[in-house]
Amino acid sequence: MAQIVLDRLAAQFNTGELVGSGTERGDEWARVRRDAWVAVATFLRDDPATKMEMFIDLTSVDRFGSRGPGATAAAVGAEPPRFDVVVHLYSVSLKHRIRLYCGAPEEDAWVDTLVPVWAGADWYEREAYDLYGVRFKGHPDLRRILMYPEFVGHPLRKDYPKEKRQPLVRRQTGMPE
Amino acid sequence: MTGEFHTSKLDDILNWARKFSLFQYPFVTACCGMEFMSVAAPKYDIARFGAEFPRFSPRQADLLIIVGTITERQGPALRRIYEQMCEPKWVVAFGVCASTGGFYQNYSTMPGADQVVPVDVYIPGCPPRPEQVLDGLILLQERIQRGEGHNQVAIRVEAAEKDAKKKGRAFEPPLVSIRPLGAAKAESK
Repeated sequence: MAQIVLDRLAAQFNTGELVGSGTERGDEWARVRRDAWVAVATFLRDDPATKMEMFIDLTSVDRFGSRGPGATAAAVGAEPPRFDVVVHLYSVSLKHRIRLYCGAPEEDAWVDTLVPVWAGADWYEREAYDLYGVRFKGHPDLRRILMYPEFVGHPLRKDYPKEKRQPLVRRQTGMPE
Repeated sequence: MTGEFHTSKLDDILNWARKFSLFQYPFVTACCGMEFMSVAAPKYDIARFGAEFPRFSPRQADLLIIVGTITERQGPALRRIYEQMCEPKWVVAFGVCASTGGFYQNYSTMPGADQVVPVDVYIPGCPPRPEQVLDGLILLQERIQRGEGHNQVAIRVEAAEKDAKKKGRAFEPPLVSIRPLGAAKAESK
């Protein structure tokens, strides 16, 4: 569908910035090294052969010991990164799309922000930070967006207890009301 | 109900008036809202029971209808709206989410609106049929007539406490038991 995008990426970034790439059910994906994250995104937006004008989605995945696409032992080492940040892009003019992955290890969970590339990434990065605790370096306003400021922890992490509640207010028993 | 109050004929008349002139505040958060609209629309017509007038200010309402899922984040807002309503006031939980949290069992959903406000009538269903809502409203009217709404009881307890203080007597909070609605229905026959 969009092999041209992968070809352009492979031609431009040929010193290890692309960790892996492939095609899954008709959609292309690429795993990007963390230090090339913004460079790859900017290139995909500006290159006349890719023209990714449209930012579709950004989220995170807690792999919790399993390996995501392209995160082979040869590519990322024996210990795979705990979090993947996943971005979906689409070119309105050329009608093709691509999915990008970027790994972030647990003890050092950060990825560079994409807000300067696509302003639409702002609230998506806040959501990923809120629910997974991945920080986005350079984000203009990295606050929680769905949970309340008093909330402790990141609820969509696999090690967040399923039954844990953090209520803001409860009725006082024994009071007439 | 056990305790040291008695109800007079005046209470009877007031409660009769109250139960047929409920001004509702619909706290609509989710899909149950569709069913609520159906109840309010002419086909099922909640107006037949004197509760046709939704007010969008809690200050003008005496019936808080909680329609839909309540999240933990909404808790303080819901509590505040309840506190802003004029007394006497009643609360209906509309649908399973408002009653118990429904099928949500996670970090964000409050397990029932009664965690923050006292609920008088729970209407189950996902969403409940309009007939169920009307039945719930009739049950609430029975409860109002008998003066057994949470807030009605609280008002009387407070009045008794004030009275005891004025007369210099020790106040012992009465043991209040609210009869199940079915029992009240059977007695009235």
